[in-house]
Amino acid sequence: MLILECPCCGVKAEETELHGGGEAHIKRETVGSDDDAFEQYLFTRANPRGVHLERWRHANGCGKWFHAARDTTTLEVFGTYSAQTYEPPKAIIDAIKAKRPDWSLKDWQGAT
Amino acid sequence: MSNAVSALQGATSDGIAKVTEVGLRGMIILRGDLTSAKLKKAAKAATGVAFPDVRECHCDGDKGLAWMSPDELLVMVPYADVVDATARIAKALAADHALAVNVSDARAVFSIEGAGAREVLAKLAPVDLSRKAFTKGMFRRTRLAQAPVAFWARDEDAFDLMCFRSEAKYVFDLLTISAKAGSQVGFL
Repeated sequence: MLILECPCCGVKAEETELHGGGEAHIKRETVGSDDDAFEQYLFTRANPRGVHLERWRHANGCGKWFHAARDTTTLEVFGTYSAQTYEPPKAIIDAIKAKRPDWSLKDWQGAT
Repeated sequence: MSNAVSALQGATSDGIAKVTEVGLRGMIILRGDLTSAKLKKAAKAATGVAFPDVRECHCDGDKGLAWMSPDELLVMVPYADVVDATARIAKALAADHALAVNVSDARAVFSIEGAGAREVLAKLAPVDLSRKAFTKGMFRRTRLAQAPVAFWARDEDAFDLMCFRSEAKYVFDLLTISAKAGSQVGFL
């Protein structure tokens, strides 16, 4: 069972209270972008085995969106953080690197 | 004026806890900046109870304030006063980015009372309902089986629960089955 702590209301919510929103920190393409960039933005998602940054919504709760850093194979959670950010905060990156020294945000962004 | 009735018109059931549909209750959703002194003043003036902190509900009979989310507050008043109370809050916050809406008729409210009240809810919701974790005055939005609900501890063994009116029968049946005599788990 996946348990994430909602940073908006502080509830340690289990999976059935949450709704997954897929990959986090996607750059939104808009007017002026070419077709390739739009295709990337609309359809292409990373699906890593291992560390992943995701969006989640506390659907059966406070209703707010937030971000979570977790491992998709072990279900280990490195932390959750505010939705109002383009990149994970340093504390989250440090928490991931403490457990997965080889991981880097650049590589993760490159894979997406 | 039509004669307003609640969804289940006061249905009750008894078992390890007593489940009652408590009838009509005035409910106002107030969205805005919960740190604003003006909003706090308007909410307190409508109910006469202290302003709740995160995941808290302060109640006094039919009146109460509950923390719903970082920008949402539930204001409870007697059903007869709800139209006036909504107008008063809206007027007090007219100059601010805030919204007060009367949602009374979209809701059903239940009370779960008795020695088994905690168990009745714990069987249905993914929430730690031990006496140490869920104390008097705490408020929680969650799900009850498949229905989104919110409940709060009025007292050690007395909870109030609200759900959408359209799901009132489903929620009442769930609570009734969960409260069936002899169904204690005995863990809490």
